[in-house]
Amino acid sequence: MSESKNSSMIDRKMMIRALKDSFIKLSPKTQIENLVMFLVYVSAILTTALFFLSLFGIQDAPSGYILGITIILWFTVLFANFAEAIAEGRGKAQADSLRSAKKDVTAHKIPSIDSKEKVEEISSALLKKGDIVIVKAGEQIPADGEVLEGAASVDESAITGESAPVVREAGGDRSAVTGGTTVISDWLVIEVTNEAGESFLDKMIAMVEGSSRKKTPNEIALQIFLIALTIIFILVTVSLYTYSLFSANQAGIKNPTSITSLIALLVCLAPTTIGALLSSIGIAGMSRLNQANVLAMSGRAIEAAGDVDILMLDKTGTITLGNRQASEFIPVDGHTVEELADAAQLSSLPDETPEGRSVVVLAKEKFGIRERNLNELNMKFVPFTASTRMSGVDVKGIEIRKGAADSIKNYVQDHSEIYSKECEEIVKQIANKGGTPLVVTKDHVVLGVIYLKDIIKTGVKEKFADLRKMGIKTIMITGDNPLTAAAIAAEAGVDDFLAEATPEGKLSMIRDFQAKGHLVAMTGDGTNDAPALAQADVAVAMNTGTQAAKEAGNMVDLDSSPTKLIDIVRIGKQLLMTRGSLTTFSIANDLAKYFAIIPALFMGLYPELSALNIMRLHSASSAIFSAIIYNALVIIALIPLALKGVKYREVSAGKLLSRNLLIYGLGGIITPFIFVKLIDVIIVATGLV
Amino acid sequence: MLNTIIQYTLYLVILILLAIPLGIYIGKVMDGEKVLLTKLVAPFEKLIYRILHIDREDDMSWKRYAACILWISGVSFVVLFIMLMLQGFLPLNPAKVKGMSWHLAFNTAISFITNTNWQAYSGETGASYFTQMIGLTVQNFVSAAVGIAVLFAVIRGFIRTKKDKIGNFFVDFTRIILYILIPMSVIVSIFIVSQGVVQNFHTYETVKLVEPITLEDGTVVTEEMVPMGPAASQIAIKQLGTNGGGFFGTNSAFPLENPTALSNLIEMLSILLIPAALCFTFGRNVKDAKQGRAIFAAMFTVLVIALISVAVSEQFGTKQLENGGSVNLSAVSQAGGNMEGKEARFGMASSNTWSVFTTAASNGSVNAMLDSYTPLGGMVLMLLMQLGEVIFGGVGCGLYGMLGFAILTVFIAGLMVGRTPEYLGKKIEPFEMKMGVLACLATPVAILIGSGIAAAIPSIVDSLNNTGAHGFSELLYTYSSAGGNNGSAFAGFAADKLFINVSLGLCMLFARFAPMLAMLAAAGSLAKKKKVAATSGTLSTSNFMFVGLLIFVILLIGALSFFPALALGPIAEHLKMIG
Repeated sequence: MSESKNSSMIDRKMMIRALKDSFIKLSPKTQIENLVMFLVYVSAILTTALFFLSLFGIQDAPSGYILGITIILWFTVLFANFAEAIAEGRGKAQADSLRSAKKDVTAHKIPSIDSKEKVEEISSALLKKGDIVIVKAGEQIPADGEVLEGAASVDESAITGESAPVVREAGGDRSAVTGGTTVISDWLVIEVTNEAGESFLDKMIAMVEGSSRKKTPNEIALQIFLIALTIIFILVTVSLYTYSLFSANQAGIKNPTSITSLIALLVCLAPTTIGALLSSIGIAGMSRLNQANVLAMSGRAIEAAGDVDILMLDKTGTITLGNRQASEFIPVDGHTVEELADAAQLSSLPDETPEGRSVVVLAKEKFGIRERNLNELNMKFVPFTASTRMSGVDVKGIEIRKGAADSIKNYVQDHSEIYSKECEEIVKQIANKGGTPLVVTKDHVVLGVIYLKDIIKTGVKEKFADLRKMGIKTIMITGDNPLTAAAIAAEAGVDDFLAEATPEGKLSMIRDFQAKGHLVAMTGDGTNDAPALAQADVAVAMNTGTQAAKEAGNMVDLDSSPTKLIDIVRIGKQLLMTRGSLTTFSIANDLAKYFAIIPALFMGLYPELSALNIMRLHSASSAIFSAIIYNALVIIALIPLALKGVKYREVSAGKLLSRNLLIYGLGGIITPFIFVKLIDVIIVATGLV
Repeated sequence: MLNTIIQYTLYLVILILLAIPLGIYIGKVMDGEKVLLTKLVAPFEKLIYRILHIDREDDMSWKRYAACILWISGVSFVVLFIMLMLQGFLPLNPAKVKGMSWHLAFNTAISFITNTNWQAYSGETGASYFTQMIGLTVQNFVSAAVGIAVLFAVIRGFIRTKKDKIGNFFVDFTRIILYILIPMSVIVSIFIVSQGVVQNFHTYETVKLVEPITLEDGTVVTEEMVPMGPAASQIAIKQLGTNGGGFFGTNSAFPLENPTALSNLIEMLSILLIPAALCFTFGRNVKDAKQGRAIFAAMFTVLVIALISVAVSEQFGTKQLENGGSVNLSAVSQAGGNMEGKEARFGMASSNTWSVFTTAASNGSVNAMLDSYTPLGGMVLMLLMQLGEVIFGGVGCGLYGMLGFAILTVFIAGLMVGRTPEYLGKKIEPFEMKMGVLACLATPVAILIGSGIAAAIPSIVDSLNNTGAHGFSELLYTYSSAGGNNGSAFAGFAADKLFINVSLGLCMLFARFAPMLAMLAAAGSLAKKKKVAATSGTLSTSNFMFVGLLIFVILLIGALSFFPALALGPIAEHLKMIG
């Protein structure tokens, strides 16, 4: 996957492959998949036949004219094929690199965990579910599985594109391993959970390649609409033939409309633009998701992401930075802040935890207290233990300690010093604000409190406000107590929070929202997240997570990034918007095509109808050619948009609609008037018509 | 001129003022709530249920509901078909009217059970009193009630969640007739009788003309026959139930069917009253009045645009008409405009408003000769039918057809805001989409196929009154009228021919039942769904933008389907006239 990331540009190789595929896709079996384009395909065959007939004198229009129309129709079909092929290209390249990871290896099967010596060598392809294998450093993991014993670092770059190895170990939430990845150090005993052919890698290849791509309900619904329109246009053109016959009879002249012209009209009117691009839009959406390193188990999941209106976000990593940081020193009982900062820094010097580091940094930044050399001072480090719940240093016989309020209180009082009201008050205040207070003592005397704070990631507040504008509510999920959670929630600007979250709590919250008609998205990694993941409408499992979580979710985030959910929603919305916008554009185009073709067809019958030729196209045949050439070229012109997706903005539905209507609706009406005229001028000037 | 504009405006204002309270009343009837008439009507209602063994609590699935409709329509068809053929042997036939040919009976029977009331016969000479009363008038009630009942079922599809039943057809049907159609018809018929519409069983009377007429061939006519009959009772429901089939051949242009300016006003408003009211019923019963207002606004806007277009093109006529003396643009002492084919006693405003109302609603009654409208005026009337009769349309069916268009609109618009589409909280998925397009496209399909085949048949020319583009307009209008279940005629078109009777009959059947069954099926599927919560990311279906978009979609589908046909008919004719 790293390859495709690096070369987001469509390279030459992909282009050649797509060109080749455009012709391969001419087989009727492929064409009938897309009924709108199948109509163009049949039309092209029909005019080809008409052309050959015309060579033998059976003609309703000049041979050259029929040939011209025929060629353009075939190009229209090829352009549509090309659009699909180029969208598939990226996925195919990805699939190729994944396939190289998926080779049969020799697996070391063992009868049970306790008898690791009885190794049986077996091809990975023959492994059955429930088999137990042992994988040593340097070996490839033969199949998806659950680690039963051992811990090892594993290189998963074949799948995630991330070269840094990850730890996989028995028990806990990092026990899932994927076939095709490589153990770098130590060893693992693995129980096989997926047999060859159903492995994660197989699914992944199928997904990125699009071979298992099923039409989503929304795509089907849109296709129904397009087919219905096409049927109407078939009736319009067929009835137009008899109308024209009738009118010509009345006027006593020959029927002015030829079958070739009517076919050209039909192809122009049929929603070929969206018909040609529909599958590319779907494939490109999937591909964009893959580029974000998210693997959707179905196309349906991406569309559901567009509908989601509740995001359940884990606090840590998504809303706040992973760790708390010192943000303030608050002295008590008349001590100075410098005195407090100095002691706090001293106590934290040997403390390698992120919290400890942040205390040192704060003291340095705020008060210019430089780090001192541990050995110089001859300090003794007293590390944090669960029983004392404090840490610190002994320097020159002086005890400096910092720790949780209640443990310090006991510690101070044990040494018959006073734990003042002031200190108690400040500790309470900090807790109320959602922070964590650390009380610092020197020689059993309380100096003051360090305010450890959850640091809200920059920009999240604005992000959530944007989401709110789009009607998406954000819910923060945290294990913190309600007080802390409320404070952070307020600061981050989320709409609601779930404090002291348990898996059951998450599940019931999702159910509540769903009962009220909301669609919920969440991320999860642990096995205990599985029920909630299974319940959520869009469930993103972390790749680092357990097998159970991965199976319960309908997407897997290979980067295991908690913020990914927001990207997924964006991609989902963009996919739907692109579909809607191009449909609007395609249908709006028809107006201009009517104004080009109808006067052209009937000027002989009713010369007055030339008043409808508002584009002042040169002649009847130049008008028909211009319209049908535009119809073919617009497919090519819109391929980049179909692949990239229409521009996405976090604004309300009303604003989005008016914007897209303006661009694709009004634009769709005006654009063809300009370009049909332009093409007319060009083909007349170059003498093609 | 100002006077005319005031008239137009007044008509529209009165319509709205009457429609709102009526809509709320109908909403209560639908939900079985207590209304003004409950005390009076409930005993009859209960009696009917007891006699017919109807269980009020017996909710039906959409399939059963549809089956009931097909059953009642099927029985109606057979009875009417036989009655029309045998009317010569049946009682109450003082004018000694003969039985209809099988194909005319086929056409007429379908026409009345489908709420179209296309008439290839003339009332005075083609139908006995018995036929008019027991056959046609009864069907005027039945077909109207069926349309409204289906709308009720469709509304329930939107309201209900996770249910698979959409109401009891027989209860809906009975309540609609007892609480809505009969009381309103009684009021209207009494009123128009007071204005001079006949209501009797007399034989036709022969009277001496005040001024003898000499025909072109020299014969002098001194006497005329004045037809009689139980007209008022049928006229009331034909207007209220968007049926439109006149008691007399010339419909409401005939003095005994529409004698005075006041009777004209009442009959004209009756055309749109129930269809307009149903919009407010819809809003009330889906518990979001804004939704009903939005649908009303969309329909009303198109109606006003149509009215203005017709008014302007009739008022100013064309140069050709002016030169021919048909249009008096210099009007000093009288109203100007194209008065050809219009009744002098009604004038421009009342004729044009009626014509727009009757084609907007799928009523089809006329008080002027539509064939004589200017090409563009006639085109607008034709287009109103071709749009699928959703600009108010038939009672019930107009609104459920419009809901089909709303489904199409939310589908496109919903996608453009990045959501899979939903309407009134219900997700629009492939099944609803299939049914929605079927409902919206049935009319264009029926019209295009019907007129397409007809245009290819050489003998069709014999039916036409005109040649060239106008002749084509007559043909197109005929099939548009059948395909829109409208029933109005462009006149000048001789329709009582085997092919035309049968083909129009089939058009009417398809255009009536395809959307009806489709929307019932959609209702059944929608009722099963849960409701999606609305957020600011949800597409609003009650604001200006949506109304505008809905109008755009309706006009676009209409224009895309009929632009070529209209170009060969009215547009060519118009360009020729001004050229």
